[in-house]
Amino acid sequence: MTIFQPPVDPAARAGYTDHPRRMGFFTDTSICIGCKACEVACKEWNGVPDDGLNFLGQSYDNTGELGANTWRHVAFIEQQVPADGGGDIRWLMSSDVCKHCTSAACLEVCPTGSLIRTEFGTVIVQQDICNGCGYCVPACPFGVIDKRHDDGRVWKCTLCYDRITDGLQPACASACPTKSIQFGALDDLREHAANRVEELHAQRVDAARLYGHDESDGVGGMGAFFLLLDDPEVYRLPPDPVSTTRDLPAMWRSAAKAAGVLAAAAIAAFVR
Amino acid sequence: MKAREELMVPKADVRTYYDRPVLKAPVWKWYIPAYFFTGGLAGASSVLGLGAQLTGRRALRRASRVAAFAGIGASAGLLVVDLGRPSRFHNMLRVLKVTSPMSVGSWLLAAYGPAAGVAAVPEITGWFPRLGAVAGVAAGVLGPAVTTYTAVLVSDTAIPAWHEAHAQLPYVFAGGAAATAGGLAAMCTPAAEAGPARRLALMGAALELGATQLMEERLGEAGAPYHEGEAGRLTKLSKMLVGAGAVAIAVGRKRRTPAVVGGGLLVAGALAERMAVFHAGKQSARDPAAVVAPQRRRLAAGRTPTGI
Repeated sequence: MTIFQPPVDPAARAGYTDHPRRMGFFTDTSICIGCKACEVACKEWNGVPDDGLNFLGQSYDNTGELGANTWRHVAFIEQQVPADGGGDIRWLMSSDVCKHCTSAACLEVCPTGSLIRTEFGTVIVQQDICNGCGYCVPACPFGVIDKRHDDGRVWKCTLCYDRITDGLQPACASACPTKSIQFGALDDLREHAANRVEELHAQRVDAARLYGHDESDGVGGMGAFFLLLDDPEVYRLPPDPVSTTRDLPAMWRSAAKAAGVLAAAAIAAFVR
Repeated sequence: MKAREELMVPKADVRTYYDRPVLKAPVWKWYIPAYFFTGGLAGASSVLGLGAQLTGRRALRRASRVAAFAGIGASAGLLVVDLGRPSRFHNMLRVLKVTSPMSVGSWLLAAYGPAAGVAAVPEITGWFPRLGAVAGVAAGVLGPAVTTYTAVLVSDTAIPAWHEAHAQLPYVFAGGAAATAGGLAAMCTPAAEAGPARRLALMGAALELGATQLMEERLGEAGAPYHEGEAGRLTKLSKMLVGAGAVAIAVGRKRRTPAVVGGGLLVAGALAERMAVFHAGKQSARDPAAVVAPQRRRLAAGRTPTGI
């Protein structure tokens, strides 16, 4: 009955009263051709530094994974179908990106308020505020945000905040030649994605499934979600990501009790 | 990563992307576990100092207040040094965010640090004893929180070996802090006044060892890093140091030499424990199977998978 439930509005929760619709990405990996135009366009537009000229021995992926200097990453997976051998090789290609979570752990743990929610519901780092404490790095359940070591601050996808403010598409979506990367209002994208999965199932592509579209997941749904053709972990995506701050009340309770035990021990040490 | 670190988590059914980690390992350097350790030393020393203040033990009060001041000074310094942009340290106090243990901790330190500092002034210079007494009460009241908030700080991450330990880790840190503060005060105080320090050290050591044991049991598979590699070696070393230190203090009673030796062992043991927790988190983050396997089980146990 989810259709009667209004979608979560992270921008409103962050205090924006009059704000545009929540914007996001739908990355349909079933039509990704692994051209890496998204990686290049992102680097060009955002001035993201070189992330090394490496040979990783991971199929055609010599980028590796998302990081401070990689905001779009195209994964290449080679699989034998059927898996017990004898069949053909199938290729899975997928362009990964920051998920711009509804419940974003990076933003919640940031002590300086450098990480903020934009009026589009996306999550960005304010580079003039970040002091490089690095707390967001292990807080992200997707291993996305990271510190640039020569610079000292953390960096990640901004969902091209500058471009979308001016009514343009993010650079990666503009460059994608197959429309595997689709940018738009999140509820439109979700509707379109659901239709696309149905279409694929009708074509007997039974493995097609959505990842990150569901607001009941551990991060409250993702602002950038995916259509995958295999389990998420095959693409280096956690199968059931949870925002760590969900357990924060329990953590503070434990800490308060432990502090009480310390105080009691000290009293006992003096009164004997 | 060494080969033996990779073996413990069963990887049979876990699929990964070229065995790449799902999480990013913390970028923190050794300054951060040292910041936990010195902060714990300071917080528990202030508690001890308050007890000494209220019971008229002047030498114990002096040692505890000076230790608290030195500890919190070092702690704040270590935290700043670890920042990517140390000159922007003050941005920590730009906002107060209850969802960020580091923000809450920064404000806590902003209140506690000056109190610990003012409490130490009369001990070092002989000036302002009354102001020192007021500050000593404030520092003693805030002290316990200073020892445990750092456990929330590490637990509030996606790293299984840290996050899943959130119920026990504050007790490990509180115990370690009590053992450190008690041990150091026992080393630096004449035996006649050091009774409470020795008792706090022993209770702290028992809490530290007991809570660590419980944490390892409750963590199960997620606790594997605490037995492997660098973290495993440090955990073992810490247990030996803390155990030996506690025995020395318990058996030595009021004798000076065992107090000095035992106190030193407890201090070293608590430092090793913080380093062990730090390395366990790094190792846990680097292991994709440790992240994926429990999530898979969670999905299998009932939560509908994200997907159709």
